[in-house]
Amino acid sequence: MQAGIVSYGAYVPRYRISPGEIGRVWGTDGEAMGQGLNVLRKSVPSPDEDTITISTESLRTALVRGAIDPQQIGALYVGSESHPYAVKPTATVVAQAVGATPNLTAADFEFACKAGTAAIQTCLGLVGAEMIRYGVAIGTDTSQGAPGDALEYSASAGGAAFVIGREHVICRVLRTLSYTTDTPDFWRREGQKYPSHGGRFTGEPAYFRHVSEAARAIMEASGTTPKDYQHVVFHQPNGKFPQRVGKTLGFTEAQMRYGLVTPYIGNTYSGAALIGLANVLDHAGPKERILVVGYGSGAGSDAFDLETTDEIAKFDRSFGRPVQYYLDHGVALSYAVYAKFRGKIHMGGE
Amino acid sequence: MSIARFWRETPRRYNLGGSKCTNCNTVYFPPRSVCPECTHHRQSIEKMVPFQLSGEGEVLSYTVVHEPAEGFEMLVPYVLALVRTTEGPVLTGQVVDIEPEGIRIGLKVRATFRKLREEGKAGVIHYGYKFAPAEEADTTPVARSPAEPAPEPREPTRARA
Ligand SMILES: [Zn+2]
Repeated sequence: MQAGIVSYGAYVPRYRISPGEIGRVWGTDGEAMGQGLNVLRKSVPSPDEDTITISTESLRTALVRGAIDPQQIGALYVGSESHPYAVKPTATVVAQAVGATPNLTAADFEFACKAGTAAIQTCLGLVGAEMIRYGVAIGTDTSQGAPGDALEYSASAGGAAFVIGREHVICRVLRTLSYTTDTPDFWRREGQKYPSHGGRFTGEPAYFRHVSEAARAIMEASGTTPKDYQHVVFHQPNGKFPQRVGKTLGFTEAQMRYGLVTPYIGNTYSGAALIGLANVLDHAGPKERILVVGYGSGAGSDAFDLETTDEIAKFDRSFGRPVQYYLDHGVALSYAVYAKFRGKIHMGGE
Repeated sequence: MSIARFWRETPRRYNLGGSKCTNCNTVYFPPRSVCPECTHHRQSIEKMVPFQLSGEGEVLSYTVVHEPAEGFEMLVPYVLALVRTTEGPVLTGQVVDIEPEGIRIGLKVRATFRKLREEGKAGVIHYGYKFAPAEEADTTPVARSPAEPAPEPREPTRARA
């Protein structure tokens, strides 16, 4: 496959809240909850941020880093489960905001947390078939858990944009495949503000089965074992699931180190695996092999067998912020301000 | 503001689309169709071209707003600043991701894309530029939890080198 990643950018909002602070309000041991989930803090978007603004920030970074003319973008897809409009695409606003309109195709993708990786696969097809020069795939979310629900301790905001092309590829896509079934582990009905989930059902038959099946299938198809990879990135709804699935598959902590970002920013849903991959690419040199396995409830896993090229040594990451910046920086909020920012306070008259 | 008017101003609000006089190289935002700098304005006719500002600049002056404009209620108190862009034009905009005590004249900022206003719960959402502190200006370290190890310097891996 000659199509690959030519540039990327990530963005995480500035505010943070800790599980301890959330638990303080609901009368539960939030710190223990955070330790159980391996989530130290989660990001919180400002009231003027949403999936459209976060997607735009990350894509602008990617376009400047790769010196890509936005008018050469032939397709732009935004994967999210928190699109600001139920009807009216996120992708058109993002395309306009980066100057990519009007000669491109654009659409919003939705597949729980794996809509962004599905968008990458679509772009690989279009670019590989030489129908377009550049395809843009973005995964972003500003998801919320219901107040007091377990999801509230991890649901956060952030996103990453990947530009797929054929020239100056910094990371080749050697192979991609998916594993998909109808599994009711997590859902949100139209008109509902917060999602519902099947509790413990979200573990074994959902996340673990799909991620391990996809990981095993792609390694079998590529004739590789975990030892062949310098880095591995899993979808990370919390900090524990990816560690456990990685260990089961035979990966070490060192291989997972850069790809695991949820402990420091929370679960960014469609952004999670992609921000992890962005962090790996921030640190990677040429000829490093990377395995990425996304997961979306409902359910499916997209797996990617990647290898960086010599081009990555020349890649200029100086514009925008490295993922590490977002892991180390942020402004802590009280639960009260967090509730105000996230629209959890009833303002009356509604 | 009507949806139509907001939509017409999209290039300006989304992309900082201004204009430039190719006669004297002066940049304008909002865009102009003639150049007031050229002594004979007619010299500039047909010489104005669209020009996109980089979004980089510095704070020329500011005020901290406590009585919010419509749609900014959740952000109070917030900073409103005059920003001199590197290309010359002075823009008015909110500076986000900063506490009022952190703002100062000369602060380097860059344009960022944010929600400006929502027309109620069911109406259209308006987006456009605001400003945020540039890279080096905003270095708020996160409050680390006691359980968390201190950040180690992360060197690029060179597994196959
Ligand atoms: Zn002039």
